[in-house]
Amino acid sequence: MDLSDFAAEVGDGGPVTICGRSTRGGAVPGVRAVAAPAGIEWLEPAEMTVCCGAGTTTAVLDEALAAHGQRVVLPATGSVGGALAVGRSGWRRLGDGPVRDSLLQARYVGAEGQVVKAGGPTVKNVSGFDLCRLLVGSRGTLGFIGDVILRTRPRPRHEQWFSTIDDPDALVARLYRPTAALWDGTTTWVLIEGDPRDVSAEAERAGLTAAAGPPELPTGGRWSIPPGDVRTLSGRFVAELGVGVVHHEHPAPTRAVDPAVAELHRRIKQRFDPSGRLNPGVDVLDPLSDAVG
Amino acid sequence: MVAVVDDLRRALSPDRVRDGTTELSLYRHDASHMEGKAAAVCFPLSTDEVRAVVEIANRHGLPFVPRGSGTGLAGGAVPPDGAIVVATTKMTRVLSVDPTTRRAWVEPGVLNLDLSTAVAEHGLHFAPDPSSQQTCSIGGNVANNSGGPHCLAEGVTAAHIHAVEVVLPDASVAVLGGEDPEPAGLDLRGVFIGSEGMLGIATRICVRLTPDPPAVRTMLMDFDTVEAGAETVSAIIASGIVPAAIEMMDRLCLVAVEAYIGAGLPVDAAAALLVEVVGQPCGVDADADVIVELAEAHGVNNVRVAADDAERALLWKGRKSAFGAISRIKPNYYLHDTVVPRRVLPAVLAAVYEIAARHRLDVLNVFHAGDGNLHPLLLFDGREPGVMERVQAAGTEIVRTSVEAGGVLSGEHGIGLEKRDLMPLMFSAVDLAAQGALREAFDPHGSANPGKVLPSPATCADVQQVPAGAWI
Repeated sequence: MDLSDFAAEVGDGGPVTICGRSTRGGAVPGVRAVAAPAGIEWLEPAEMTVCCGAGTTTAVLDEALAAHGQRVVLPATGSVGGALAVGRSGWRRLGDGPVRDSLLQARYVGAEGQVVKAGGPTVKNVSGFDLCRLLVGSRGTLGFIGDVILRTRPRPRHEQWFSTIDDPDALVARLYRPTAALWDGTTTWVLIEGDPRDVSAEAERAGLTAAAGPPELPTGGRWSIPPGDVRTLSGRFVAELGVGVVHHEHPAPTRAVDPAVAELHRRIKQRFDPSGRLNPGVDVLDPLSDAVG
Repeated sequence: MVAVVDDLRRALSPDRVRDGTTELSLYRHDASHMEGKAAAVCFPLSTDEVRAVVEIANRHGLPFVPRGSGTGLAGGAVPPDGAIVVATTKMTRVLSVDPTTRRAWVEPGVLNLDLSTAVAEHGLHFAPDPSSQQTCSIGGNVANNSGGPHCLAEGVTAAHIHAVEVVLPDASVAVLGGEDPEPAGLDLRGVFIGSEGMLGIATRICVRLTPDPPAVRTMLMDFDTVEAGAETVSAIIASGIVPAAIEMMDRLCLVAVEAYIGAGLPVDAAAALLVEVVGQPCGVDADADVIVELAEAHGVNNVRVAADDAERALLWKGRKSAFGAISRIKPNYYLHDTVVPRRVLPAVLAAVYEIAARHRLDVLNVFHAGDGNLHPLLLFDGREPGVMERVQAAGTEIVRTSVEAGGVLSGEHGIGLEKRDLMPLMFSAVDLAAQGALREAFDPHGSANPGKVLPSPATCADVQQVPAGAWI
């Protein structure tokens, strides 16, 4: 994909912000906005990789991959670039792994208007420092993602929600690898995928009842806690067991940031965007507004 | 150097700081063909001791090199001249295991296989399984983002690490990542993993543990041509099945391994695939049926299904002991590591054989076919005059061919010194400057394992002679 127009738009001076589909907070208000190119560049089902512009919606990508029985581990709404820049995974993370693991290669436009390649096109790669990791969750503060190569996965052949009011720890220990396990303090909803006969057999062994799911998720706040701490929760919530994301009625409590970690953030930003022109005002250590994501 | 050693001995204990000629000579190299020269080797026992060593290195203006078991193949642990080697081999405690949330905190010197053994009673294991898993350490796995056969379905080390406590190059201590899923800020855990000791020293690691599968099917399938085997690999992936592992061994490898362990391998075949499917029993049956059908469509000769755990272990022993078996053919080998898109495996393998023949070298292939991760082994006798030059020339050609075919420099061994000067094959000066910027943010003075990964123009502080033995 040709990123030269996008790079020229970002330019090398003055504040600039990136705008995807505005499903996760959108562009910085009052700042000149640019948009990454959209469109699927290529799709290699036999490699299980796909290359697309960061402005492509995840819905368009999903539709193209569905024709090949594949999908990517990205949230269903918004743009690919926005999903990666925010870096929040959906409630299937327990089985699918986090969003960050789907990114193989990214080309982004840096603060000097330069196009930088991070990572590589193959499913396995340890060539040099992994700047893809730095981009996922960086919320456009280090560079604006232009195009990406993503790893795809097979679509599940069969999946089924179940529920139970058994002890959640004992339940999760009994299950092999559920795709999701959501607990509201009383009921646990479990999504199991695989061969239909295996799914039924595992549900029966674990004493699960078929259910509609997932439950409605409270939207007051998105908490991140060690999964071993879910027992300490109170109020109205749905916790992702084994993961530790909690969808809560209340905003997430503020967390202290280790000074050494904060210092690393300051030094990285200073080197990648010394004038602070990319998405000015966004601080990745400051939680994204709880109403989005 | 005496002052440094005295300081180190005061900070640790005299017996855990070594500067004798014999010991320094042992730590001149890792499992690569390159050598450096350390000032001292120390063996800290705790985060505080690692921090003290880094402080002393900084005070004396000396570089330091983190080192695990020294099994690295790219020269990542080869000391720059005058460096302090920080060996984590005595930090071997499994600190905690939580079977409910399937995670454990370990010290970096814990050996890969020892971790899986330690958690086996809970029906869990650590998924990355390099062939060196009996000797390589978790800290080394983190530094190299190590892989292994079972990373096809499970992903490499980065997918199995929740958090890393590190001593940064300025001797401060930070926890990167966390036990919670969305720690505030950037994924510094992710950039630290695979950074080859250039961003600091891991002192405690929170690993993700994987449940043992209820059902396993291990199949050995042999083919008359390497192409038929490689095309079967592509067909399996295209069918929507991601097996736990797909390994390939070519004829020379099968012959060497068979002579070594006597597993009844198909020594007349051009190539064999070792395919493993794991999961729930019906799904395993269904996937195995599809895989066998695809292999038959590509002219498979025999499909041998491991009847029990003992036979499965024997087949895997054959795969993982390939490197030892090779000594029956030639006394030395040079193991390469590149990745190519799976669809070009047949063409790139053909090129590898052609390159080796042109340089009058035997080549043997045993590799992670499922993710296109090639491991050609060039066999040679180091006593033969001029042979090293031919090995180096052939190696460079193999790497170039892989990158030109749409591949990458390394799939799991890393860049280290070995491929440092080949980085421009894959990255522009602009790309490398961005990697250099990350390095500077962590290590402004370039004291952590300088001279590795990044070719010198990207980071002026890293100017370093390439030690003898490098083929770059």
